[in-house]
Amino acid sequence: MTDTNDGPRRTPDRPLVVLENVNKHFGDLHVLKDINLTVHEGEVVVVIGPSGSGKSTLCRTINRLETFESGRITIAGKELPQEGKDLARLRADVGMVFQSFNLFAHKTILENVTLGPTKVRGLKTAAAKDRAMELLKRVGVEHQAAKYPAQLSGGQQQRVAIARSLAMEPTVMLFDEPTSALDPEMINEVLDVMTQLAHSGMTMIVVTHEMGFARKAADRVVFMADGAIVEENTPEEFFTHPRSARAKDFLGKILTH
Amino acid sequence: MQTIFEQFGLLAAFWMTIKLTLWSALFATVIGTLVAIMRLSPVGILRQLGATYVTLVRNTPLTLIMIFSSIALSGVLGLVLASRDAPGGYIATQNFRLAVLALSVYHAAFVCEAIRSGVNTIPLGQAEAARSIGLTFSQSLREIILPQAFRGAVTPLGNTLIALTKNTTIAAAIGVAETALVMRNVAEFDPGLLWTAFGLIALGFVILTVPMGLATSFLAHRLAVKR
Ligand SMILES: Nc1ncnc2c1ncn2[C@@H]1O[C@H](COP(=O)(O)OP(=O)(O)OP(=O)(O)O)[C@@H](O)[C@H]1O
Ligand SMILES: [Mg+2]
Repeated sequence: MTDTNDGPRRTPDRPLVVLENVNKHFGDLHVLKDINLTVHEGEVVVVIGPSGSGKSTLCRTINRLETFESGRITIAGKELPQEGKDLARLRADVGMVFQSFNLFAHKTILENVTLGPTKVRGLKTAAAKDRAMELLKRVGVEHQAAKYPAQLSGGQQQRVAIARSLAMEPTVMLFDEPTSALDPEMINEVLDVMTQLAHSGMTMIVVTHEMGFARKAADRVVFMADGAIVEENTPEEFFTHPRSARAKDFLGKILTH
Repeated sequence: MQTIFEQFGLLAAFWMTIKLTLWSALFATVIGTLVAIMRLSPVGILRQLGATYVTLVRNTPLTLIMIFSSIALSGVLGLVLASRDAPGGYIATQNFRLAVLALSVYHAAFVCEAIRSGVNTIPLGQAEAARSIGLTFSQSLREIILPQAFRGAVTPLGNTLIALTKNTTIAAAIGVAETALVMRNVAEFDPGLLWTAFGLIALGFVILTVPMGLATSFLAHRLAVKR
C-alpha cells in the first residue's frame, strides 16, 4: 500500500466548520462532552473511535439532524438556526452521506440527484438533469440513471448518495461510516470516489475505520472515546505513535482483527 | 322483481350509493391526509389535535355522527349545505350533503390511521436524507414521506374504501334515498318482495366492492416501494 498523503491542501487560516464547547445528552447519557473542533477549508478529517463514542452524533449535530444543549457550531462563520426554512436552506450547504445510503426509494437514480437542486436551489429541470448526469458519470453510475435504488448494488447506491450530496454544491461533506454497510468487494469503489473528492479540495469530515483511506486522503485523524475528543494527529503519527492509552488500546483491537 | 326497480327505484338508489361513496371518499382522503399531517408535524398542539380527532371520531358510532350531522348541525345550528332551489330539491340535496359530511368526517379518521401505518413502513433514514439535502418539512412530506406512505397504505386505504361503501347505507337514517331506504320501503309496502330486494341489494354491494378488493391487491403489489 502506498501510504503517501498528497501533502497539505488546506488553507489553515480559513476555518470552515467550528465547534466550540458543544455538549449533548441523550437523557442521562452525556454523548458529546465539550467538543472543540475546527475544520479548515479543504481539510479532510477522519473521525475514529470505538462504538458508542459519539461519532455519528457528532456528524449529525453538525448539520442539526440532532439538537445540542450548549456550545456553538458555525459553518463558514454562520450558526445554523434552530429549525424551520432557514435551517433547511443552510443545511443544504452541508452534504451528508449515511451508512445506509438512504436513497429515496420511490424515485429513480436521476430523480434522487435532481430533487434537491430543483426544489431547494431552484434550478430548472433540464439544467439539473445535465448536472446530475455529469455527477453520476463522475461516480461511475451514469448507466443506472433510470433505475430505482433497490435495483443497484450497495456500492452503486452509496456512490449515487455521494452524487446526490454533491449536486447541492455543499461547502463541506459529512460521511458517517459510508462503507461499513457494504460487502467487502464494494468498499473500494466507494473509497476511490471519496479519495478523488478529497483530492479535488472538498472539505470532508469522515467517520470511518478504513485506515487506508485515512492515510491516503486525510489531513488529520480525530480520535473519540466516551463522547470526548481524546487525541488528534496526522494519520501517520496517529496510527504509528498513538499517545493516549485509549487510542493504543483501540488501535490494538482493530489492527489485530 | 321489476317492481323493485320501477316502483322502488333500486337503480337510482345504487347510483346514490355510488355518489355517496365517491364524494365521501374524496373528502375523507383530503381530511384524513390533513389530520395525518397534523399527527406527523413537529408542532405538539397539532399532534394532540390530530390524535384527539382520531380517538373521538373512531370511537363514535357512525349512526350517531350521521344523526348528529342532521339534527345538531342542520337542525339546531342551522348549517345549510344546499341552496333553496337546488336541482333535485332542497331537502334531498341538504340531506345528501349532510350524509357526505358525516361519512367523510368518520372515515377520515381511518384514512389518517391508514396513512400513518404507511408512514411506519418508511425507514427513518428517508426523512433524514430529505432534511439533509435541505428540503423543508412540507417539501419532504410532499416529495418523500406522503408518496411512500400512500404506496405503503394501499391495502388499509382500500379496506377503508370498502367499509365506506357499505357504510353509506347509514345515510338512510337521515332520509337519503339509497339502498337501505329502498329496503325499508319494500318491507313496509311490499313485504312479499323482501327476499328478492335483500338478494339484489346484497348482490349490488358485492358487485361494487369485489372489484375494489381486487384493485387494492393489484395496486398494493404494483405500487409497493422496493427497498
Ligand atoms: N437517538 C438516541 N437516543 C438515545 N441514545 C442514543 C441515540 N442515538 C445514539 N444514542 C447513544 O449515544 C451514544 C453515541 O452514539 P453514536 O451513534 O453517536 O456512536 P458512534 O460512535 O457513532 O457508534 P458506532 O460506531 O456504533 O456507530 C451511544 O451510547 C448510543 O447508544
Ligand atoms: Mg455511528
